[in-house]
Amino acid sequence: MCTYLTEKVVLDGAGKGAAGWFRLTDGSVYVDHPTHARYTHTLNIDFLNPAEGPGARVAVELTEEAARALAAAITAALDHAPAGIASENQP
Amino acid sequence: MSDAMLAETITIKGDNGDEIEAYLARPLDTTPRGGVLVIHHMPGYDEGSKEIVRRFAVNGYNAIAPNLFYRVAPGASPDDAAAAARAQGGVPDSQVVGDANGAIEHLKSLESSNGKVGVIGYCSGGRHTFLVACSLKVDAAVDCYGAFVTRTPDPAWGMTAMTPLLELAPNLSSPLLGLFGADDQYPSPAETAELEAELKRHGKTTEFHTFEGAGHSFFSVERPSYRSEAAAEGWQKVFEFYGRHLAS
Repeated sequence: MCTYLTEKVVLDGAGKGAAGWFRLTDGSVYVDHPTHARYTHTLNIDFLNPAEGPGARVAVELTEEAARALAAAITAALDHAPAGIASENQP
Repeated sequence: MSDAMLAETITIKGDNGDEIEAYLARPLDTTPRGGVLVIHHMPGYDEGSKEIVRRFAVNGYNAIAPNLFYRVAPGASPDDAAAAARAQGGVPDSQVVGDANGAIEHLKSLESSNGKVGVIGYCSGGRHTFLVACSLKVDAAVDCYGAFVTRTPDPAWGMTAMTPLLELAPNLSSPLLGLFGADDQYPSPAETAELEAELKRHGKTTEFHTFEGAGHSFFSVERPSYRSEAAAEGWQKVFEFYGRHLAS
């Protein structure tokens, strides 16, 4: 199926795309057909900076299991680090 | 008769008179022939879509695929353009109809046009095919596993842009060939049966085929969903159908 449902998130950081590093401002998260992964559906994440054009994009296509493991790993890594050390208001 | 053909990117007038990109393939022989509008799938105006356009030209048709995501991301790679279009909530149905109209006009303007035009689309393009065939005058339409024609997506999915099109059924302007997978859930066999029953109720000509052992996107050679037997039989049915309805 093709879904149009997209979870959007404001991002602050940097990503490395086809043309090198760029500042990230936006993210899209959705379940749909992948472009490259060898599955019919995947959890897809686009790390974006729309102001720099559609090519300012880092794309990731993950299975449901991988995506949930990634989400847990992100939370675990943050929980194991000193609180606030990677915050936008970091010391 | 020569088998030479030309395939190229061109600019056409789309919805609202906007200039948009399109991919055109046509035999160089100017014998009158039908045209085929190819509506790309949600992943965009990609290599697979262009290959389909060339396949129609190899088989004797003028064929064109407008880039429905051109306005969102001119010049971008197809996957980046599809991501940008998605981030904006997809493209409006009315814009798709306008772009399709521009593409059809271009096909009919070609020296070798016999005045007849078919439309075909895959996945979201299958839904768009039904939309176009109910909104514009065409001579034959082929819906390849288009979802959300008869039913509304679960509200929990938030897909508010995907409205069902069943109320347009009385306006269908041509015979409709439907090619579906028995294992597909979007659209499910129950949904396609519902669509066929509604079209028959309005006296429309339909030819629906549901292939066993195939699911969504079984024509896509570059995807794991590809099913060679269903795709081969499906292509045969497409060319038989267009042969009947688009001949001079």
